[in-house]
Amino acid sequence: MFSNHKYIAFETIVVKEVRRFSRIWLQTLVPPAITIGLYFVVFGNLIGRRIGDMGGFNYMEFILPGLIMMAVIQNSYSNVVSSFFSHKFQRSIEELLVSPVPNFIILAGFVVGGMVRGLAVGGVVTIIASLFINVDVQHPILTIAVVLLTSIVFSLAGFINAIFANTFDDISIIPTFVLTPLIYLGGVFYSVSLLPAFWSSLSYFNPIFYMVNTFRYGFLGVSDTSVSGAIAMLGLFICGLTFICLSLLRRGKGLRA
Amino acid sequence: MAEAIKINSLSKTYENGLLALKNVNLSVEEGDFFALLGPNGAGKSTIIGILSTLVRKSAGNVTIFGKNVESHVYETKLELGVVPQEVNFSQFEKVGDIVMTQAGYYGLSRKLATSRAEKYLKKLGLWDKRNERSRSLSGGMKRRLMIARALVHEPRLLILDEPTAGVDIELRRSMWKFLSELNESGTTIILTTHYLEEAEQLCRNIAIIDGGRIVEHCSMKDLLAQLDSQTYVIELSQPMTEVIKFGPLVASAHVLDSLTLEITISSSVGMSSLFDLFKNLDLDVKDLRMKNNRLEQLFLTKLEKLEEGRLV
Repeated sequence: MFSNHKYIAFETIVVKEVRRFSRIWLQTLVPPAITIGLYFVVFGNLIGRRIGDMGGFNYMEFILPGLIMMAVIQNSYSNVVSSFFSHKFQRSIEELLVSPVPNFIILAGFVVGGMVRGLAVGGVVTIIASLFINVDVQHPILTIAVVLLTSIVFSLAGFINAIFANTFDDISIIPTFVLTPLIYLGGVFYSVSLLPAFWSSLSYFNPIFYMVNTFRYGFLGVSDTSVSGAIAMLGLFICGLTFICLSLLRRGKGLRA
Repeated sequence: MAEAIKINSLSKTYENGLLALKNVNLSVEEGDFFALLGPNGAGKSTIIGILSTLVRKSAGNVTIFGKNVESHVYETKLELGVVPQEVNFSQFEKVGDIVMTQAGYYGLSRKLATSRAEKYLKKLGLWDKRNERSRSLSGGMKRRLMIARALVHEPRLLILDEPTAGVDIELRRSMWKFLSELNESGTTIILTTHYLEEAEQLCRNIAIIDGGRIVEHCSMKDLLAQLDSQTYVIELSQPMTEVIKFGPLVASAHVLDSLTLEITISSSVGMSSLFDLFKNLDLDVKDLRMKNNRLEQLFLTKLEKLEEGRLV
């Protein structure tokens, strides 16, 4: 396929994905905005005053990066998993499989679609946050890099989930029973230094902990982890997950008989 | 003439052990209108699946316009348009968007895609529906939308898997006209259908598949010539008053009612001989029609013979 044809195919998939989640904005963009807004009101404003400072910042400032990251992770993942599975379920994926679009373009199109939604919701959360606190970013380039890399990681993970999924239950099991616990235990609402030794050590096995903390470093300039280590980990995750996705596409797992 | 499709020793065994295709050999010439017929589960959709890469073959070789479908993925896919048996577009998207998206997958520029989408949606009577969600379309419209979508990149080879299933007769005939024109303009068409009248009307060459094997592969003309007898239903102007003796020309005759007869004659007997016979018997024929479509009769006979062979 010629390069310009590949670009047109890639653009087509991305536009189709953006059109899909924009069409159902009441299901895709509004609920996370309301949920995160409530987090700010309840944890930040009402309870947060009693908690006091955390890591040298007031509680609302401290949880803001984690809440943005939570929105980006959940929405990047759920966009790709639900969209790709819907394509499989309705068999409209056949349109794409019969066409000459290479596998890496299919993957890139869905991943970028997931990133756009994740970042759109992350942007909405940031706007809502700015109503409560003064949003100040210490390391803008690092912040943008971390949010982009994290979004790619979870879009790829959502793609793998969609390939293996056979029912609608299969696309909600991982987000409910794996992703949500990892996010909540990933230091969104607290500093790991406050945890007992056992739980603190356990946190270091949670990859989301590194993503949240590196993102927090970008915002506030403080982190519980090594920033360079976290960036390297994100890079490794992206390479590994991309390899798995492309292998599954090449084998036609769940797609071709 | 070059071959649009060449299939050599193609076999397919699914993961559940089902042997869907057994050493299939098939060729379709460029510009042909080709019928691929067979009972349900015969292997037609598996062949189409392998041609469109949705099904992986177990053994054999498949080329499209001389290029192997596995080693020349991009080139062969570009030549191919597929209209599947079941609706497989998003029910939530607009008609125009579905066609435009497909054009994008084939790398068509926005300008070209827009003009092609307009061209085919107009030809298939869907232009007025372009801004409507596809789920609001009738069954026949959905079928036409799948054809428009398959044609937007103007493939040289179009595969239609039961395109007129569930479509009313008026629409079916308009689709026949459209497909005939498309074929005349140079597009090679492969058609699977359960309406054998459709295959007889449209196709020049035919293959019959049964139990994963090609049991017939020839021209429609040659196949129909194999028909050794034909059954007609004859309606008379006046009721019959006595038992009629037809003589050796008629292989068998049944009286359906006092005005209607069913007779079977050899294919070698001309219609003029038949009318002469009725004239000699003083019977005034009001209407005459074939009991079955010729291809249907032949198809059923062949399948019966195959079934008998299997039982033996």
